[in-house]
Amino acid sequence: MINTSNFDEHKTLEHLKHYLPAQAALKDFVHHNTLHAFQSKEFHKALWEASVIFGYRTYIGIDEFRERYHKGMISPAILDRVIDAHFSTVSEKENWKEKLLQKQYNKHIHSRLNQFYDLWKLQYKVNLPKVVHPLLFRLLAAYLDQGIADWKFPSLKDDFLDSLRDLEQNGYISLFKAKRARRILLENKKKVADLLAIVVGDEAYFEQYLFEQQFNHPGWSGFVSVVEHKPKTLFDERKISLQELIYFELLLEIDALDHKFGEMWKPLMIQNEGAVIQDLFGEVPYHEIKTVLQLWQEALEWSYFDSVLSGILLSSKKLVETKHPSFQGLFCIDDREYSLRRHIEALSPTAQTFGTPGYFGIEFYFQPENGKFLTLACPANIDPKYIIKEVNRKKNIQKDPHFHQSTHKAHWGGLISGTLGFWSAMKLLFNLFRPSISPLTVHSFQHADKQAGLQIDFTGEQEEGRNIGFKPVEMANRVEKVLKSIGLTQDFVPIVYLVGHGGSSVNNTYYAGYDCGACAGRPGAVNARVFAYMANKKEVRDILQQNGLNIPQTTCFVGAMHDTTRDEIEFYDEEKIPKKLQALHQKNEAIFKEALMRNALERSYRFENINSAASLHKVHHKVKKRSISLFEPRPEWNHTDNALCIIGRKSLYDKLYLDKRPFLNSYDYTQDENGELLHSILSATIPVCGGINLEYYFSTVDQQKLGAGTKLPHNVVGLFGLNTGVDGDLRTGLPSQMIEIHEPVRILFVIEQFPEVIDNVISKDKSLKEWVHNEWVLLTAIHPETKKIYRFSEQRFSEYTPVNKSLKRMTDEQAQLDVINKKEPALMVN
Amino acid sequence: MEKYIIVLLIIPIIGFLISLILPKTNEKWLARTAFLTTGINLLCAFFFSGYWLFNKRIAVNYREVTLYQDEGFNFFIDLYFDGTTAVFLLVGALLSFLVVRFSSIYLHRESGYKRYFNNILFFYLGYIVVVLAGNFETLFIGWEILGLSSFLLIAFYRLRYLPVKNAIKVFSIYRLGDIGMLLAMWMSHHLWHENITFKALHNYDLVHEQLSSHSEVGIFISIMLLLAAAAKSAQFPFTTWLPRAMEGPTPSSAIFYGALSVHMGAFLLLRTHPFWEQQTSIVILIILVGFITALLGHYMSSVQTTIKGKIAYSSSSQIGLIFIEIALGLEWLALIHFAGNAFLRSYQLLISPSVVSYLIKEQFFTFQKGKETRQLSRYEHLKKAFYLLSLKEWYLENLVFRFVFKPLKRIRSLIAFITIRTVFWILIPLYVLGMYMAYFDENSYTLFKYYLAVATLLIAFLFVAKSYNERSSARLAWTLSVFAHFFIDLSITFNDHLNLKEAGIYLSGILVSGIIGFACLQIIHQREGKSIGLNRFHGLITKYPNLGIVFLLSVLGVAGFPITSSFLGEDLVLTHIQEDQWILAILFASTFIVNGIAVIRIYARLFLGHTNNTFQLKKDLTI
Repeated sequence: MINTSNFDEHKTLEHLKHYLPAQAALKDFVHHNTLHAFQSKEFHKALWEASVIFGYRTYIGIDEFRERYHKGMISPAILDRVIDAHFSTVSEKENWKEKLLQKQYNKHIHSRLNQFYDLWKLQYKVNLPKVVHPLLFRLLAAYLDQGIADWKFPSLKDDFLDSLRDLEQNGYISLFKAKRARRILLENKKKVADLLAIVVGDEAYFEQYLFEQQFNHPGWSGFVSVVEHKPKTLFDERKISLQELIYFELLLEIDALDHKFGEMWKPLMIQNEGAVIQDLFGEVPYHEIKTVLQLWQEALEWSYFDSVLSGILLSSKKLVETKHPSFQGLFCIDDREYSLRRHIEALSPTAQTFGTPGYFGIEFYFQPENGKFLTLACPANIDPKYIIKEVNRKKNIQKDPHFHQSTHKAHWGGLISGTLGFWSAMKLLFNLFRPSISPLTVHSFQHADKQAGLQIDFTGEQEEGRNIGFKPVEMANRVEKVLKSIGLTQDFVPIVYLVGHGGSSVNNTYYAGYDCGACAGRPGAVNARVFAYMANKKEVRDILQQNGLNIPQTTCFVGAMHDTTRDEIEFYDEEKIPKKLQALHQKNEAIFKEALMRNALERSYRFENINSAASLHKVHHKVKKRSISLFEPRPEWNHTDNALCIIGRKSLYDKLYLDKRPFLNSYDYTQDENGELLHSILSATIPVCGGINLEYYFSTVDQQKLGAGTKLPHNVVGLFGLNTGVDGDLRTGLPSQMIEIHEPVRILFVIEQFPEVIDNVISKDKSLKEWVHNEWVLLTAIHPETKKIYRFSEQRFSEYTPVNKSLKRMTDEQAQLDVINKKEPALMVN
Repeated sequence: MEKYIIVLLIIPIIGFLISLILPKTNEKWLARTAFLTTGINLLCAFFFSGYWLFNKRIAVNYREVTLYQDEGFNFFIDLYFDGTTAVFLLVGALLSFLVVRFSSIYLHRESGYKRYFNNILFFYLGYIVVVLAGNFETLFIGWEILGLSSFLLIAFYRLRYLPVKNAIKVFSIYRLGDIGMLLAMWMSHHLWHENITFKALHNYDLVHEQLSSHSEVGIFISIMLLLAAAAKSAQFPFTTWLPRAMEGPTPSSAIFYGALSVHMGAFLLLRTHPFWEQQTSIVILIILVGFITALLGHYMSSVQTTIKGKIAYSSSSQIGLIFIEIALGLEWLALIHFAGNAFLRSYQLLISPSVVSYLIKEQFFTFQKGKETRQLSRYEHLKKAFYLLSLKEWYLENLVFRFVFKPLKRIRSLIAFITIRTVFWILIPLYVLGMYMAYFDENSYTLFKYYLAVATLLIAFLFVAKSYNERSSARLAWTLSVFAHFFIDLSITFNDHLNLKEAGIYLSGILVSGIIGFACLQIIHQREGKSIGLNRFHGLITKYPNLGIVFLLSVLGVAGFPITSSFLGEDLVLTHIQEDQWILAILFASTFIVNGIAVIRIYARLFLGHTNNTFQLKKDLTI
């Protein structure tokens, strides 16, 4: 049934925006749940509806599930348990198992979004998208362009339509082919509804028509909607709205039809009055394939989680507290930091490492010297009230003539290609055989200049209503909160490291996705440095002492940054480390370096073209080479295979080898009786890790519609987006080179806390409740006293006993390789 | 020494063949094969160029093999080496070598890894053939290989709609240029009474003598050559295909459309330079084409908002300048310009993803807010008009479409009556009757044989037009395309008695390919249980991968691609059209060319351009 109420433009636009992809410009790339629009529904129900309505593929293929089953990645016992949980009678269970294992489902995935445009084709013999899209996309790109075209859009007025109007009125050449559309644009009297009346006719179909129209190019519509709400995602700001895009697209459609038929054609739904149009959001019929997929997915997920949980049970039984640690470091919760921490702890058994979101609890905008804009340095949903400025920058930006606009000019180009052209061949030759860091490289260490100073103390200055720098009280609050949340309140060692992270790559349009998600897709260097400064400041220490947090005078905090692609580390303000601690710092530095090399070796197991059997130095060298080679589309694997988020003390995972699959947030339940700290941890980790996890999930299961496809043919549009080839829609999601070996499972949160406390924390927060209750992230609690596992499902906690009672031991490298390459479950170490 | 030039050709052939038989999963050896092929060839190229350089720099010609000999017709493979060859050879071999090395890692894990290297090596072979060619026939073989490998590489992501659509578009423009090649070959047969070698063209007196007595023939050949060159090098009015060709993996775009393939038009002009340089009108025309392209390319490049589109237009604008240089006789300048442009554009394409981080960083530190638009002067009005025109690509896209492909579509209603039934009940008997007349009743039509020939060829053309326009039945389109050849043959027989041996050479390849192709369609028809229409793309390649390859081969056969005897046949047939029979020649060339487009369209619509998605199948990540 079609909804017959009157067309409400505002409501329709809001509805539409809700469903469009919400990906910002390339430079602001941050992971988020691709199907955020469906998050208010239970996970499997939402996935099924999204599939029926929008034609998305929402699970891996049944063949792929079966392949995993036969390889042993899905355990038969778990599969039985999953089936048991859904059905009661024996015959039903057998019946479904048969379906899961045998039955062929060759049903095509269709969407409901091709009804009107099929009618155009069928009844009017006109392929509207084919006629309308090229010019529409070209004008949008020209208007929004950030610097690829050297001839800027010549009529920049107040907004998109005004600018087009100016171009139409003053340019001798018309945008259109026929007269009517021009007239309507220039008169500027008609509303969207009036245009829809011309094109569609029947008001009942207006909303659905617009859905179909906009979902013919979700990438462009989504981007326009993002720019409408966050204009700052473009440095060179442009005013544009989805409504303007729709308005202009309707005009182009009218024009295309006028051009073909004159002005006398009948609106689509008047001409086809009797046509049956299925309601886009109408009842979604059930099909047993939905249950089949759901059961397989659960079996896949719990086959892995079950062994992890049983490992955690085994591990936490033998609780070991690191007494008198020799080394302390705070790292980001990122899965890529976990493996590094593991190597550090293996090298120095008394080392103590902590995980906390990589902005270290300090939210601000960073402004490099001479930078014309502010750079967000905290999770993307925060709008900080502080700015931190860089002063005395030493490094200059390097240039590369190949990007210069004059190479594209007819007159200069001749001269340049005769000279620079031969230089290009040399450069290519060098990069192929001897790559090096060049102006093309996005190098994590260049984000913040090590030699430059930072203006961290507030001196009364303000800019755009924001304070430049922090007051001591504000500093103390932030330092205290972070230290308490990770449980580091005593036993401080002389040097405590704060390690941010970032990535390096070249020829990579997704460079922002390589950096720290908790720092809005930028390297976390400045945050680490700022935290160290604050925690070292005498006034701050004094305030902390008053609050009962006693940091010894002898303790010094040192900021650092880990390059996750190159496995290198850089320390900040080393000259401020007291002399007598310098020797200790050097000793620690050696541990870092050795651990980084081992980490590089571990990562090399996932790189097919590196021989991991070579010497450590050689392997490390090859890993580093990946980040600067023009021809390497996979400098690193980013968050591939992420599947867990563990919030608790080290004893939970101390005895486990979890590859690079968990995010780790240190948390001491004993310091958080009412769950306040847990709430602040969860409100950062659930959206960040859940967003990463689901973006990986959906890009993996539907590379075509939800992912960005292979990045090899990608073409940069206006510096803000990508498409394949020169025309066509913008691509959203992740490219196949980031997700191809990812195992698409939902993320499981494992929290060491009393189930009641967790329940309380979650049900109080509406947004967290949506994530957890609808099972977009999965949740288990480890009871700190009884050490029992409670699984959250169907809105409540219930006890979970792992099927798997013992775990394979990490006996040799082969066992480790099986975990990495065959995705076998966790291993026990020693 | 000359006789060893063939080595340069044999290496890519061997490399290509090896790459065909290597298993799909053997990335290492596929890459190695391509690496060694281009690497060894590069060394040989250095060697030969060095030899040439230090050996008096005399152009050498080597007649390789004679494929067919008859009185008055001699088809032979001929190789030629001079300065132009040396430069194109070195630049091509070096760039291919670098790009192969680049791709061997860049394409790691791509599902079309093997296909990619097959195509690159095939392309490379075509390039070497063109560069070394010593006569038009040899050059045309390479020319066709370039066209086909371009199609396959643009449509590399073959299950998506846009790459396939654009691949057909580019292929069509290429074929349009091939009309020029075919007609130039036809006319030069008559001009020289032999298959002239490029070496002979350098004989000033010979050329001068011929041209002074046949000046309009000279102009005709030159214009046809220019048509071929302009289409291949994205010159006015064909410029707009170049950015649309950027659909494949970046390194393939870099080598094809940034560097090598796109300069082939300039190469053709350099090769035939001694022929047309004596005709002032042609020189002026080439300068004009070059100038317009340079100018329009400059403006279109300025307004492009995608990095690859921008590089494409800058490249074609530079090639416009190269055309001018060639026309002015500045051969060495043109060669240096070519090499520089090829290196620069391919490097710019290869580093094109870096443009985001680079320019964003630059913008971050140097941004200044744009100034308010000034008062509206006439200059401002004009600027806006220019901007919009450049954004709309100066309507060039429309121009070619309107004058070439739209009329072809218009014919549709004219020939709506043709169905598979009419073919069998009317056209076959008609053909048999014609054959009877042609071979047993020659005297009955001698008086009006030319008109009969034209009328028969017109029927062939209508077939092809129908096939090109067909929407509902793939089998009908295919049948028509095959039958067209028989009517062509009949028409030429009417015109200038084609003997059975010649007809055999021409039609045997067509017949075999035609039957195999029809069998493929029949198999699909049965397995799918319904008639397969051509009104949309079906993407059946995933379901029938082997059938797809077989069908593609039969498409090549029917299109007269240089793998079957029909390629030789088409050249042979051309010699039976007299030099004053323009209409027949143009009609023949058009039929042949449109037929090529029509059959590749059938292939594309059936096998490519669409992803069939079900929850059962394994997902393909690299599409």
